[in-house]
Amino acid sequence: MRKVVMPGNETIAHAAIAAGCRFYAGYPITPSSELAAEMSKLLPKVGGKFIQMEDEIASMAAAIGASVAGMKAMTATSGPGFSLKQEHIGLACMMEVPVVIVNVMRGGPSTGLPTHPAQGDVMQARWGTHGDHPIIALAPAFPTEIYMETIRAFNLAERFRNPVILLIDEILAHTYEVVEIPEPGEITLEERKLPPSGLNRLDFYTYNRREGDPPLLPNFFQGYNFHFESLAHDEMGFPTTDPEKVAYLARLREAKIEKHREEIWKNEEYLLEDAELVIFAYGSVARAAKEAVNRLRAEGAKVGLFRPITLWPFPEIPLKKAVGARKVLVAEMNLGQMVYEVERVLRRDVATLFKADGTPISPVEFVEKIRGEL
Amino acid sequence: MSYMDYVRTFKLPHSWCPGCGIGTIMQAIVRAFDALKWKNEDIAFITGIGCSGRMSTYINTNTMHTTHGRPLAFATGIKLARPEKHVVVVSGDGDALAIGGNHFIHAARRNIDIKLIIINNSVYGMTGGQVSPTTPQRFRTQTTPYGNIEPNFDVVKLAIAAGATFVARESVTRPRNLEKLIEKSFQHKGFSVVEAISNCHINLGRRNKLKDQITMLRWINDRIIPMNVARRKKPEEIKDKIILGIFHEDKERREYTELYDELIQWAGGDK
Repeated sequence: MRKVVMPGNETIAHAAIAAGCRFYAGYPITPSSELAAEMSKLLPKVGGKFIQMEDEIASMAAAIGASVAGMKAMTATSGPGFSLKQEHIGLACMMEVPVVIVNVMRGGPSTGLPTHPAQGDVMQARWGTHGDHPIIALAPAFPTEIYMETIRAFNLAERFRNPVILLIDEILAHTYEVVEIPEPGEITLEERKLPPSGLNRLDFYTYNRREGDPPLLPNFFQGYNFHFESLAHDEMGFPTTDPEKVAYLARLREAKIEKHREEIWKNEEYLLEDAELVIFAYGSVARAAKEAVNRLRAEGAKVGLFRPITLWPFPEIPLKKAVGARKVLVAEMNLGQMVYEVERVLRRDVATLFKADGTPISPVEFVEKIRGEL
Repeated sequence: MSYMDYVRTFKLPHSWCPGCGIGTIMQAIVRAFDALKWKNEDIAFITGIGCSGRMSTYINTNTMHTTHGRPLAFATGIKLARPEKHVVVVSGDGDALAIGGNHFIHAARRNIDIKLIIINNSVYGMTGGQVSPTTPQRFRTQTTPYGNIEPNFDVVKLAIAAGATFVARESVTRPRNLEKLIEKSFQHKGFSVVEAISNCHINLGRRNKLKDQITMLRWINDRIIPMNVARRKKPEEIKDKIILGIFHEDKERREYTELYDELIQWAGGDK
């Protein structure tokens, strides 16, 4: 392990290289640009490819193209660019192509607040592309965690053959902090499973696949003349409108994430044991929340924190277990998004602390809010 | 080997209308593959959306049917990942020049070794016949019921200006010439553009007194003129003609993925 001082954007770039990412396509956008800059520096040194495409849509497409050709691929963006990439995120879900998308959240909607943090894209991460689709989204909050979750993002993408969205915000992207970088031997990398060569078949969407498994699809140039299709397709990838086949493949796509959600879920529970009030917060907001928990505990207030690191699939069971019947305060840098999920799962109203003015929620704001709630 | 080895015969019959020029263009493409003896598994064949987009279903190589206008962007990622492979893109006039116009000019600017064939039937056929960037002026379409007032893109001039290093135009009414031209474009190292003039008598012709394929193909045939013939004509004689031939071939300009390998050397990386 070695310690390096880096901002979150650079941390993700270094972690991506360590995870085996060898292709990056992007388009300049604040506050994610430094990530692309770092990738443009690092990738050629390891024989990888960096390309600045003509727009956000093209960079999402190029990353998917490189992935189909066998490379671990990534793109990064922020709010407006994330909106532009949505059609192709859906394409990657549909074709079941691994790819990692980093979204550095800034104030929105529209061009909004390019240089200020927000958490207004968490629902877009889940439902931004049209149609029903499975998705994984991770929201790390601490420097070393950003590094490790980037690696996990690639591992999950390759394992489940699905887009994985890594959500940070402007604060995490730009704050220089100490990152503990593990040695190559200390991390586990997931490599894409391919069908064995020489099979006389094309039905790779269902070949050796039980419900809950990801598909074993061949890479381009592997020897199979396989078809990747954006339209609803059959087991061989060819377009179909047969309701049974359409429904079956949609079910397989959903099931591969659904069945493994307990392995995908990851969260931190901080001082929950005797807590009378549980804060639900993620990303940089959770850091202010943690500080507030410490300050309130010093005053004798029994407060704890539930911090999801996996946002999607939503941690239904861990949240229910951790919270029980206790008071809950949901805090987000938006006007209330994940709160709908929390209320859905707990089946009751919760207290809220929302802010969407381009400034972070401070520990003081948490402390004042919670004093009023207890 | 025969050119039919490049066709997924089990996916036939195809979905195109009887008399459509796409079939002719598809045959020219697979004949060019066969003439060059390219291995199926070494070819990536990428399409966008529209009637042209359906071709990837029928071509027996590594294929990908992508989104509207973006096949070149996907192809760019594929080519960069595996520069030693052949990457071919087929796109329509709406796909390549309207929604995909940005990707078209930038792929040309980079001079990345992708072989683009634009099937120009001057209309959005699959969606029922709306005006496209190449619909002739005065023509009626579903969305220009009183006639089209918009000027056209000249695909050849656009491609040359953007930086493509092989630019040519042919017509489905001359299938052998088309096949030879596509074969030549496939041998070019760099971004190549072949504009294949095609017919859509169903969704363009029927609204413009060209409602069957023979009438429409005759109409095309009356408007085309080979470059060597055009050279001997006065400018006013050919001002409404579609000139066919190779307009631009630049073998000097470096290809993008080759330059990228050099960049890796500059960075001190191993390829």
